[in-house]
Amino acid sequence: MIGYNFAYLDEQTKRMIRRALLKAVAIPGHQVPFGSREMPLPYGWGTGGIQVTAAVLGRQDVLKVIDQGADDTTNAVSIRRFFARTAGVATTTHTAEATVIQTRHRIPEQALREDQIIVYQVPQPEPLSKLEPSRAETRRMHALAEYGPMHVKLYEDITRYGHIAISYDYPVMVNGRYLMSPSPIPAFDNPKLDMMPALQLFGAGREKRIYAIPPYTEVRSLDFDDHPFRATRAPHACGLCGATDSYLDEVVTDDRGGRLFVCSDTDHCETRRAAGHVGEQAMAAE
Amino acid sequence: MLQARGLAKHFTLHLRGGVRLDVLRDVDLEVRAGECVALAGPSGAGKSTLLRALYGNYRVDGGEIRIRHEGAMVDIASAAPREVVAVRARTLGYVSQFLRVVPRVSALDIVAEAVREASPEEARARAAALLRRLNIPTRLHALPPATFSGGEQQRVNLARGFIGDHPVLLLDEPTASLDGANRDIVVEMIGAAKARGVAIVGIFHDTAVRDAVADRLLHVNPLQDAA
Amino acid sequence: MDETLLSARGLSLSFGPVTALADVDAELWPGEVLAIVGESGSGKTTLLNVLSGRVAADAGVVWYRDPAGRLQDVHAMPAPALRALHRSDWGFVHQNPRDNLRMNVSAGGNVGERLMAQGARHYGRIREEASAWLQQVEIDPSRMDDMPRTFSGGMLQRLQIARTLVTHPRLVFMDEPTGGLDVSVQARLLDLIRTLVARLGIAVVLVTHDLAVARLLAQRVMVMQRGRVVEQGLTDQVLDDPQHPYTQLLVSSVLQA
Repeated sequence: MIGYNFAYLDEQTKRMIRRALLKAVAIPGHQVPFGSREMPLPYGWGTGGIQVTAAVLGRQDVLKVIDQGADDTTNAVSIRRFFARTAGVATTTHTAEATVIQTRHRIPEQALREDQIIVYQVPQPEPLSKLEPSRAETRRMHALAEYGPMHVKLYEDITRYGHIAISYDYPVMVNGRYLMSPSPIPAFDNPKLDMMPALQLFGAGREKRIYAIPPYTEVRSLDFDDHPFRATRAPHACGLCGATDSYLDEVVTDDRGGRLFVCSDTDHCETRRAAGHVGEQAMAAE
Repeated sequence: MLQARGLAKHFTLHLRGGVRLDVLRDVDLEVRAGECVALAGPSGAGKSTLLRALYGNYRVDGGEIRIRHEGAMVDIASAAPREVVAVRARTLGYVSQFLRVVPRVSALDIVAEAVREASPEEARARAAALLRRLNIPTRLHALPPATFSGGEQQRVNLARGFIGDHPVLLLDEPTASLDGANRDIVVEMIGAAKARGVAIVGIFHDTAVRDAVADRLLHVNPLQDAA
Repeated sequence: MDETLLSARGLSLSFGPVTALADVDAELWPGEVLAIVGESGSGKTTLLNVLSGRVAADAGVVWYRDPAGRLQDVHAMPAPALRALHRSDWGFVHQNPRDNLRMNVSAGGNVGERLMAQGARHYGRIREEASAWLQQVEIDPSRMDDMPRTFSGGMLQRLQIARTLVTHPRLVFMDEPTGGLDVSVQARLLDLIRTLVARLGIAVVLVTHDLAVARLLAQRVMVMQRGRVVEQGLTDQVLDDPQHPYTQLLVSSVLQA
């Protein structure tokens, strides 16, 4: 596109972001400040993720963008089109075909590979923010690995609800050292973070922080010995493809209480249906 | 067991323009195991001051107070505070005229706390037995002694002082507020302690008690008024 | 027992023209309770903060003998080591329990925090331990899941003590632990502190303006005036036979009940 540099950001900015990314990869789970730029969309729409994607994108890359697992929502469509126009890169909705995947609030169901990069959009990078309002203090807590208060929060959950009542943005320990927010992905996705072959990058635009998990890094969800972490999903099969192991969205279908559980990962669902899997709902519709 | 030489003590009252009161000068005292020495002299002569000095409660200005503590002689007058604490814990007991009440602690526990080298259950059992011997009825044992009569408080205090079984015991008017029957029990207890080899220094206002327990008298004479 | 747990030499600190500490020495042996008494502004709380490494002095040194028997220069320790010390081997009891407690966390969570900070990861055992400690400080364990804001002032202070002692510290700093409480509540708390400290053999540096508190809890006392230690020694000796004019004034100013 004329008048813009490749992938919108100027090269100096990209270099600055890449330096932050290198540092982030070198210290897994540690939040690195970066000079977040104004982007042509508001905070909360993925400005952090977009800047990271812009910094890592090359001309040969194939980009996939998902929002809550779906390729066809406004946010995903806008960002995909943004890079198609400013970088001219190929885009796809197929997880297997993509080399860079920018995501908001999900990890694709299909296991990622070493030659892929996943970029997470992060609203609040600080996992301790709800426990400790002072930025200076949370930095000190990270520096000294003082994570007792986080466990106190989990303790309180079990005491109050009988289980750890965190269904998304479930805190993790990265490489046995840093406490990290995995961004608001469902706790269901947490096990995928662990020992993932793909490089995982996290960008928070408003909070101006970047962090990363290098490939094959240990990522543990916090828990207690007698209350171990459990990845939960709605106890249904996908109404469209019949999958019983994927993360489901609940869709209200009418005003008489009718509802439908479907895969939140639209590509996963379509791929399965193309392969001949049929869910109950889809069967009834035929 | 206890050997004091050349004790001197004065008080400087800074709040009254630095008035100096000389109370003790050149006091010598020696007490052997199983011996009871009574301090005699008119009131205000410094008997209580001497007794408190022996305990380390008052600081002396001169002289030494040597006490046999676990085989070695310790000078209370010059020992570090924590040495004095150790001597008091294991060697040197003191029964004051008045019980210093600890809020909320029962009579039984006040006494049981002073038992040495015993399980809490055994300490309480021994404390209860001694309190009963001193005619403190069992129904009072669980109460804090703040509301007890003077005589009852004094007997709790005696029980606390005697139960520690210290080799050296200092008694300040132990029978002052007791009736005849209880006085006799205390005389008996002092006699038994002497028989066990306890060295005792006491102030006994009651001459009958004094004659019954003391082997010797040490006369403490008033010094001239402020020099 | 022949080695000091904490020893300080030549501590001095000024805040502008105000001398908070002037060449103060202090020593503490294991299991000993040392009271620092004096009026407000005498420097006693400042001394407590310097001894515990919370405030740096202009001059002087504070040595602490760690559980391995090594002497540590408290003010030269790296921050992580000092904070770890404060979380485990040391405790700090504040006058206002709200300064230490997490008011939006249950009583059990407050007590369990130091255990979790030390790596305890068994919910059931953390609760057992918290329950046992609540009992020790005379809080009904059925209140374990209640929020501290539903507790009385005396209960809050006892909760703070349970939270502090749960890691079995060897040394606890206390800043007016009974200040701001009703007299009857004070008596109960004092008795509790006295019993726990004696049973657990904890060494305590206690700051108080209340001589009765010092007499009840401490074997030794240091009297401070305008940043200087004017007198020190056995508690009963200092209080019954005070030598320094300032101590005599303090002792004679106490109301006899």
